[in-house]
Amino acid sequence: MVEWLDAILQGVLLGGLYALFAIGLSITYGVMRLVNIAHGDFLVLAAYLALWPVMQMNLNPLLAILPVAALMFCLGYSLQRVLLNRTMGPNPLAPLLATFGLSIILRNGLQQIFHSDSRSFQIGALGTDSIPVGGGIPVGVFPLIVFLTAAALMVFVSFLFSHTRIGIALRATSDDSETAGLMGIRARHTYGIALAISFALIAVGGVFAGIRTTFTPESGPAALLYAFEAVVIGGMGSLWGTFAGAVILGVAQTMGAKIAIGLGILTGHLVFLAVLFFKPTGLFARTQ
Amino acid sequence: MTVSSLSYRVSRNTSLSVVAVWLGVASAFVVLSVPLWGSPALMRWAVEVMCYLVLAQMWNLMAGYGGLMSVGMQAFVGVGAYSLFVFAQHLGVHPFLAIPLGGVMAAIAALLTSVLVFRMRGGYFAIGTWVLAEVFRIAFSNVSILGGGSGQSLTVMAHIDRSTREIGVYLIAATVLIGASVAINLLLRSRFGLGLTALRDSEDAAESQGVDVKVLKLQVYTLASFGAGLVGAVYFTSILRISPSAAFDANWSVAAIFIVVIGGIGTLEGPILGTAIFFALRWLLADYGTWYWLVMGAVAVAVVVFAPAGVWGYVRTRWDLQLLPLQRRLILSGPEPQRSVQTLELAGKTEAGRT
Repeated sequence: MVEWLDAILQGVLLGGLYALFAIGLSITYGVMRLVNIAHGDFLVLAAYLALWPVMQMNLNPLLAILPVAALMFCLGYSLQRVLLNRTMGPNPLAPLLATFGLSIILRNGLQQIFHSDSRSFQIGALGTDSIPVGGGIPVGVFPLIVFLTAAALMVFVSFLFSHTRIGIALRATSDDSETAGLMGIRARHTYGIALAISFALIAVGGVFAGIRTTFTPESGPAALLYAFEAVVIGGMGSLWGTFAGAVILGVAQTMGAKIAIGLGILTGHLVFLAVLFFKPTGLFARTQ
Repeated sequence: MTVSSLSYRVSRNTSLSVVAVWLGVASAFVVLSVPLWGSPALMRWAVEVMCYLVLAQMWNLMAGYGGLMSVGMQAFVGVGAYSLFVFAQHLGVHPFLAIPLGGVMAAIAALLTSVLVFRMRGGYFAIGTWVLAEVFRIAFSNVSILGGGSGQSLTVMAHIDRSTREIGVYLIAATVLIGASVAINLLLRSRFGLGLTALRDSEDAAESQGVDVKVLKLQVYTLASFGAGLVGAVYFTSILRISPSAAFDANWSVAAIFIVVIGGIGTLEGPILGTAIFFALRWLLADYGTWYWLVMGAVAVAVVVFAPAGVWGYVRTRWDLQLLPLQRRLILSGPEPQRSVQTLELAGKTEAGRT
């Protein structure tokens, strides 16, 4: 019984990490119906960007998060302005194909530079410390930090969307980009901001993932699939739904791994398929 | 001058397209004659090329015409391949007879799982099919009788002597390619194809004209999965060994997508041209490892952004060429001599795709 509670708790914390993967995907889909197939590969790119200063200057990986997030923010904005905006026409396949091509470029580019050795970040005792929460269940300090960071960033993004000028612009463009254009909101710029926010968030997720486990140039697709599953489980148009979806996915994976090691990822996929079958709009959908 | 004084006919063919069809027939004979003069190495290479070409044709049918962007084709390549191993290796069916069963099993798997993936659209459908392929990969990795994660060899092929085996696999691959090419061509010229072309150009408009979009999408998805299953069965009969990571390798979809996008999505000629470019680049960059995929990716992104109709689409609009035309032309011939040379396009520029 206690070990099941433990599995659930670990799953919830893992869900915090997946939320960091997923919010960006949720935002770009919400604002511009963009499903970025290279989402996971950009997340891995962020981890490798952090690897550079960490290895060269012996920097604490946690301190690398902010500059890498800023860099990814700029990269996201430029990518949308220079490349992806050109594909946002009447053909819905174009942005998918473009990001699909980007994902292959990134994966093989990283492979070329860093080879396929698996890497990870070390943060000393912080990475292994745990707090007992009673009943013999320990809670890792670092997974807790990840979860709380994810929750804090969720609050921040929600605030951004509901209370700031750029958030209003993002929501207006999401509802009707042409009418928003008449009000002086430039869709191309807003789309750029949306991808920039998405990229900044996966930068945080990428570095945290690198501290928690290991990563290789091939880690992107798994991250994309987890992010996607969290978004679909949670339901479209709802940021907190995505967060809840990520937690459900995390719990499904740790419970599955409890049943048999190596079954965790499959259980996650199956829970996703079950939600898709019984409630295709997601569990917490706000819009249809 | 009244309309009744005109004589007219409706035709798809142009003199160029008639030549193209005969060229196609001729090249089919050349392909079938390879076992008479080719080396085993050439035949093995050709089997691979033909597998990729058929897979690309299937993906093109699904995405280029049906608007279904799948990145999970490997699910059905894998099911077809594993079905071959189950029937041939474990149930004693002759391997060559087990190959069509691979296609059938893939089609059944596609029909059953369509209940899930068809709940998603657009980009969600794309990633959803990928999740499905991953579920299949993990599931097959856990079946110990099929060798689990490390896979197994097709040892029953040892009962067939080497040259019969090589020629047999080659001829089956050639038959699949020729069959798929002819079938897709005829299919797109039929009522089914008309609906599919309408679907490609506008889903809403097609629906308003009475095209049953849902049924049509399911049909094209199942058909493409059948083709992918055949490809998997043929390919793994040729290489004699299977593992979950090879059978359900995402690179199957990557290759099919790049071939079609670069060649020209939503055209019949595109996959052929794309396969030629794909293998030419692979040959050119053979010594540079991952650079090959980098270059393919970069070319694909450039094509999507700057020439969405692909290389063939560019050639076609630039020189107004059509080797395998689908649209009908109205050819009028009336009393005035200049009438006889005037042609009108009925279907307009639909072939240029949604650019």
